[in-house]
Amino acid sequence: MEIKKPAMAGTLESSDCQVTVEAGEGKIDLELNSAVINQFGNQIRKVTFETLERLGVKDVKITIVDKGALDCTIKARIEGAVYRSLEQIEHLPWGGAIR
Amino acid sequence: MNPNKKRLRRTMMFLNAQKPGLIKDPYIYKPDSIMLDLEDAVAENQKDAARFSLYHALQEIDYRGVERVVRINALDTPYWKEDIRCSVAGGCDAIRIPKTECANDVKLVESAVEYAEREFGRPKGSVLIMAAIESARGVMKALEICEASDRLFGIALSGGDYTKDLQTHITGTGIELMGARQNLVIAARAAGIQCFDTVYTDLDNMEGFRQDVQNIHLMGFDGKSIINPRQISIVHEIYTPSEKDIIFAEKVVTEIDTKKAQGIGVFTVDGKMIDIAFYDGAKRTIELAKTSGVYKGDL
Repeated sequence: MEIKKPAMAGTLESSDCQVTVEAGEGKIDLELNSAVINQFGNQIRKVTFETLERLGVKDVKITIVDKGALDCTIKARIEGAVYRSLEQIEHLPWGGAIR
Repeated sequence: MNPNKKRLRRTMMFLNAQKPGLIKDPYIYKPDSIMLDLEDAVAENQKDAARFSLYHALQEIDYRGVERVVRINALDTPYWKEDIRCSVAGGCDAIRIPKTECANDVKLVESAVEYAEREFGRPKGSVLIMAAIESARGVMKALEICEASDRLFGIALSGGDYTKDLQTHITGTGIELMGARQNLVIAARAAGIQCFDTVYTDLDNMEGFRQDVQNIHLMGFDGKSIINPRQISIVHEIYTPSEKDIIFAEKVVTEIDTKKAQGIGVFTVDGKMIDIAFYDGAKRTIELAKTSGVYKGDL
C-alpha cells in the first residue's frame, strides 16, 4: 500500500493520539512524541509497526503525538490516516487488513 | 428469536464513537446499553475516522455485559452502508436507525445487516435493530415501523428533531412530547417490542430529570436515552421495583395460582380487589426485579 498524499487522523485530547503520514524514503520512519514514552514507548512502536505491516505500508514517514491512547486507539488512528491518504472511505477491509 | 431481544434496557447512554476518552470505559457507570454514535455527535469530516475508532473499541474493549448499540448515519446520507459493515464486523449487538419514517427504512437496514452478517461470518439474526422516530410522519407510521422486522427490538423517540418537525420546542414539561410518547408506547406494545424515551438535556436540573423519568415510567416506556452517567442511578432507581412492589406482586401471583385451583376468580390482597387481569403485571414486576438483580424470592 502506497501513501499517496499526506494525511492526519486523531486529536490531541486525552486518551487519543494524532497520527500523520506522508510518503517516505523507502522505509518506515517513525517519530514518536509521548509523555509516557519511558513506560509505553516500546509498546506504541510495536503496535505501530504491526499495524503498518498488516496494511502493507512499507514506505512512510509517520509521526505520532500520543496523549495516553490505548492500543486500539493507536491502531484506529494509524488506519484512519493511511486510508485518508488513499482517499478510501468505503469497502474497507474490516476484519482483514483492519483488525 | 435472538435471546437479547427482550433484555433489560432501562438506560441507553449516548457516546461519541470518535472520542477514545469516552468509549474506553463507560461500563464502570453500569448503564444497561451504550449507544456508540456515528451520527450527530461526529463532525462531517470525521465520519471516516470515527468508524476505525468504533471498530477497534468493539473488537478490543471488554464492555462487561453492557449492550453495544451503534447509531448509524441516516439513510439519506452516503455513510450508512459502510457504518453497518464496520459495526457488524466489529461485533456490535444492535444497530439504531435514525430518522425512521416508514417500514421500508427498517427493511433496508435489515437487508444490509443480513448481508454484513454473511460477509463477516456472524450468525444470521445475531445483530438486532432499533428504530428512532424523529418526525411527525414517523410517529404516524409507528405501528408499521414496529412490525417491519423480527430483528427490531424497540423504537425510540428522538425529541429534538421531532419537536422541530412539529414546529415547537423542548420545554422541559413534556407537553410538546405527549402525543408522540403516547403513540409510540401504544404502537410498541401492540407489536410486542420495547419503547424508549428521548434524552433530557438539562444536566443542571436533576429534579426535572427525575420528574421526566417518573412520567415516562408511568406511561409504559421500557427505558430512557441518556447523555451523562449522572442520569443512570435515577433511571435505575425509578425502574427497579421497590421491596413493597415485589412483596405485593409475589402475593398476587401466589394467590391467583391458589384461588384459580379453588375456582375463585375475584378476591382481595392487602385490601385490594384482585383478579386474573393483575397476573401478567405482577409477573412482570417479579421478572423486572430479577433482571435488576434485586429479587430474593423463589417464584
